[in-house]
Amino acid sequence: MGAKGVSGVPTRYEYGGDEFIFVQFSEEMSLESNFKGMAITRKLKEKQLEGILDICPSNASYMVRYNPDVLDSEELMDVLQEIEKTTNRLDDVTIASRLVDVPVLFEDPWTHEALMRFRDRHQDPEATDLEYSAKINGYASTEKFIEAITGAPFLVSMIGFVPGLPWCFQMVSREKQIEVPKYVRPRTYTPERAFGFGGAFAVIYPVQGAGGYQLYGIAPAPIYQKEQTLPDFQDSMVFPRQGDIFRYRSITREEYEDIRRQVEDGTFVYRKKDFSFTPGDVLADPEAFSENVMRRLYHD
Amino acid sequence: MIKVIKPGLQTTVQDKGRIGLYEIGMPPSGAMDKYSFAAANLLVGNHPNAAVLEITYLGPELLFEKGMRISLTGANMPPKINGEPVPMWETLEVKPGDILSFDFVKSGARVYLAVEGGIDVPVIMNSRSTYTLIGIGGYNGRALAAGDVLHTADMKEKDVPVGSRIDEAYIPVFGKAHEIRVVVGLCSYRLTEESKQTFLQTEWTVTPEANRIGYRHRGERLQFVEREQPFGAGSNPSNVTDLGYPIGSIQVPDGVEPIVLLHDAVTGGGYATIATVISSDLNRMGQIKTNEKVRFAAVSLAEALQARRETEEKLMRIAASL
Repeated sequence: MGAKGVSGVPTRYEYGGDEFIFVQFSEEMSLESNFKGMAITRKLKEKQLEGILDICPSNASYMVRYNPDVLDSEELMDVLQEIEKTTNRLDDVTIASRLVDVPVLFEDPWTHEALMRFRDRHQDPEATDLEYSAKINGYASTEKFIEAITGAPFLVSMIGFVPGLPWCFQMVSREKQIEVPKYVRPRTYTPERAFGFGGAFAVIYPVQGAGGYQLYGIAPAPIYQKEQTLPDFQDSMVFPRQGDIFRYRSITREEYEDIRRQVEDGTFVYRKKDFSFTPGDVLADPEAFSENVMRRLYHD
Repeated sequence: MIKVIKPGLQTTVQDKGRIGLYEIGMPPSGAMDKYSFAAANLLVGNHPNAAVLEITYLGPELLFEKGMRISLTGANMPPKINGEPVPMWETLEVKPGDILSFDFVKSGARVYLAVEGGIDVPVIMNSRSTYTLIGIGGYNGRALAAGDVLHTADMKEKDVPVGSRIDEAYIPVFGKAHEIRVVVGLCSYRLTEESKQTFLQTEWTVTPEANRIGYRHRGERLQFVEREQPFGAGSNPSNVTDLGYPIGSIQVPDGVEPIVLLHDAVTGGGYATIATVISSDLNRMGQIKTNEKVRFAAVSLAEALQARRETEEKLMRIAASL
């Protein structure tokens, strides 16, 4: 049905009832699929078609919600397929992004308490989520595993689940990418701001709630703030944007408390830099790109 | 002013919903049964997006401190004013000091109470709808509690005479067994052919996990096509690389208990979605109760669009009659 998609698999176009169209580029996650989705959804946004209610880019797919009384279903389907046909060269796309330093306290008491409560739902009830994940990814220790997570930045590849949750995909070569299973049965409780990992994605849970990702730590700063008192939340309750580049930095309990105080008194601001790149910059050499990003964020 | 004496099981302020923020993970919320919601507003002459009260399973007790026209639509939950039965689907009038209460629900799950002018709560991101998970919209981001005081807004557009009634032909009847129409697709390729048939042939039972987020159904176990899981998806055969979930989409975590995602649901995640409830049947889905039976019937997109037009035409005829 669709054009030749990523890795030779045809793109899948599907109707989700009478109000949605779902478009999937590949079944596996890749930076290429994500960039392709970004490029196409950006072009679609520029068209400003009357009747489109939502454009939702996701990891290796995207979704559109429309009003079929205003915009004909088949006509929209044709438009989407036409945009894909004319989006072969990803290098034409410039992504206006932000490099952001995101502090995380690993092995904190709060997520530890939460994960211990749900050991009966876990693959390895005898280990912590971090110990289990380090082991199945071939790391000798949890310290080495944390080094791998914090050593290279992540692309914010999708926003959703609940308001502001960023799915983050690490910008390293495929053999270095971490992959972990989700819980056997999801937890009914996850602390607010917990840092988790599931499939190939790191996330921060914006609010307390259910969740199935492995839990490694907690972020002191919010990524969602409904009161919008912090400077980073003036324009939106939600901080992350698709295309942002997050570097998760391991911090001490002391720094954690310090940042918590700044959040409480309304002075906390994320360390960040505006940054533009093309998908080609990343795909050509993810390692070199990551090093460049780290230099820009902390030294330039 | 309307004073909440008893809140009922879960009574929230809802309108058409918070549209256009799905990409940041904000579900639309809004009335679960938009047909009954629209009819309620029409009966009191309100703007189509005026906020109403959505009353679930067990009715509240409300004291009206000023006189106004009101209407009640949706589930059959016999209403009473000062202890005397009053009709649903009709323009009613309350006087200062009147108390509205309800008998136990007979059929359906959700009643819509519209008041002249609509319920006045702050507009958050273009909507007055309550989204309780993160505590925004509606009355302080939560369901009503005893002692709350509601004010009316000025979203009345026309005078509808007291006693105006919706034609019987346009009043939905809710049974205990339901046929819900779906468009099969999205990631249905993940199910085995046999399980696709099982999904459509099974009489499902709605579990106690049935709320504004979604409805979970017990019945048969469904099987996914065996494969080596693609990179990034996660290890369970029901897992896919995380993607967006359409409103009304159905997922089957681990192959057990299909979940229909509704207006307060998560906007995306890592489960394969196999079908989507058509928009006109989302209204009826919102009127199903725990332990009732559901069959999913596959329809084409053309049939879904036809059902959508029929629902809209009914509402247009109601509007023309008032």
